[in-house]
Amino acid sequence: MADYAGRLPTPTPESQPYWDGLKDHKLMLPTCNDCGSPHFYPRPFCPKPECFSWDIGWSEASGKGKVYTFVISHQPIPPYNSEANPPPYVIAVIELEEGVRLMSNLIMDSPYDTTVDMDVEIVFDDVTDEVTLPKFKPA
Amino acid sequence: MDQIRHKVAIVGAAETDDLGQLPHMSRLSLHAQAAKNALDDAGMSLADVDGLLCAGAIPNEVAEYLGIQPRYIDGTSVGGCSFMIHVRHAVAAIMAGYCDVALVTHGESGRSGVDAPRGGSASSPGGQYEAPFAIGGAPTTFSIPVLRHFHEYGTTKEHLAHIAAATRAWANLNPMAIMGSHRRTPERGGGPITPQDVLNSRMICYPFNLLDCCVVADGGGALVLVSEERAKDFAKDPVYVLGAGEAAAHWMVSQMRDHTTADGYRISGDAAYKSAGLGPQDIDHCMFYDAFTFTPLMAAEDLGFVPKGEGGPFFAETKTGPNGEVIYKSGPGGDFPMNTNGGGLSYCHTGMYGMFAIIESVRQLRGECGDRQVPDVNVSMAHGPGGMFASAGTLILANA
Repeated sequence: MADYAGRLPTPTPESQPYWDGLKDHKLMLPTCNDCGSPHFYPRPFCPKPECFSWDIGWSEASGKGKVYTFVISHQPIPPYNSEANPPPYVIAVIELEEGVRLMSNLIMDSPYDTTVDMDVEIVFDDVTDEVTLPKFKPA
Repeated sequence: MDQIRHKVAIVGAAETDDLGQLPHMSRLSLHAQAAKNALDDAGMSLADVDGLLCAGAIPNEVAEYLGIQPRYIDGTSVGGCSFMIHVRHAVAAIMAGYCDVALVTHGESGRSGVDAPRGGSASSPGGQYEAPFAIGGAPTTFSIPVLRHFHEYGTTKEHLAHIAAATRAWANLNPMAIMGSHRRTPERGGGPITPQDVLNSRMICYPFNLLDCCVVADGGGALVLVSEERAKDFAKDPVYVLGAGEAAAHWMVSQMRDHTTADGYRISGDAAYKSAGLGPQDIDHCMFYDAFTFTPLMAAEDLGFVPKGEGGPFFAETKTGPNGEVIYKSGPGGDFPMNTNGGGLSYCHTGMYGMFAIIESVRQLRGECGDRQVPDVNVSMAHGPGGMFASAGTLILANA
């Protein structure tokens, strides 16, 4: 796993709990303690302009959602995806049950079987000892 | 809202001497050569310039490189529409007296990569929440909204392919267009294409085949703006700014609020229409940024030229010309002339194409376009996104 070829995130102090959660195979969403809204991507405040509260907690998401939109990349982009993600592979925007959307990859036997609004569930991909990426597969 | 209408004019507009593969030119020398050509077009000297606006370089870099010390600067660099936004800011700056002669420059070694810094921080939002999922440049991100639009409205790849064929038909009339007939080479092709050729071309990132994607080139362009009073003193006809708008909606494409509509397009377009006192029915000619075939379709819908969701059938409409040739909706002879330089798809795309869209609007309004001149162009719109529908800039320009 040490020679993972893909690009890796570097957490910031604000996003560390999110990445720590993934390492424990939990999808944690920052959630506003004032208005109750979860948000993505993690920020230390509620990014609803009418709220803008800085009282934020973390709640575990179900890991279930739908494909909101997707593409199928056929381009090898060495060194980023040639080994970690051999093309063609699916890049998708997933809408979680909790209402937020995030970019991810879909793990598909046949990429062209992907459809918009398809039900998916999370797969925790431990790409290195330190980093786990949230990926999805058909539910 | 109408106080900016007709107060400032573009009096110089030009590209670099060449576009395409220019490995002998750095990013900053492309800015400088474009500046020289635009100043020559205006009949002005670099010494006249006291306002500098640029993207892809900080104004200090360009000022130092050119050897000028402008008293007004704007380094708004939000992607390909930065130059539409610069024109809007230059209008305000000239009206406020912050500068008298504004120079807007673009230069980008998009193909050869001579001084072209790439990549962001792994700690940025993009580095944490998009890059790890093997996105690889614009074909994998500008494509993200498309299948949602297909799903909601029944838009198809065939619809999009007509935009590529129409735009190539314009390129074939422009000697500067990289993929036009004039510059065809056996190695990389060029010249006429059909929608079927687009569908048959190599898959890059579904739903985009190769011919749904723009060219990747080196090049630059520049504009010179002065006040309306001063604009009358120039040899060439001034092109007046009637209206302008801008917006920032998101940055990462995964965070777009609704992938079937570009919020930035609507906000920017509304401001442009309001300041000009015009609507879509008043526009004779459109330059809609086309990094990919889908990009101008979103513009036609969100700027009110066609109802939301009807852009696909709109652009796929064809008619037959007097010699049996296919006339595309947005192509030569069609009733929605768009991207008449050959667009980012077939003329030139450096990475931040918006500058070239504005230059073509200026040339069409001046009647300088030769074989590709659209008859009776008095009002032109130049509009683009920055990033992946993330920001937007809109200009409404006129020759009177």
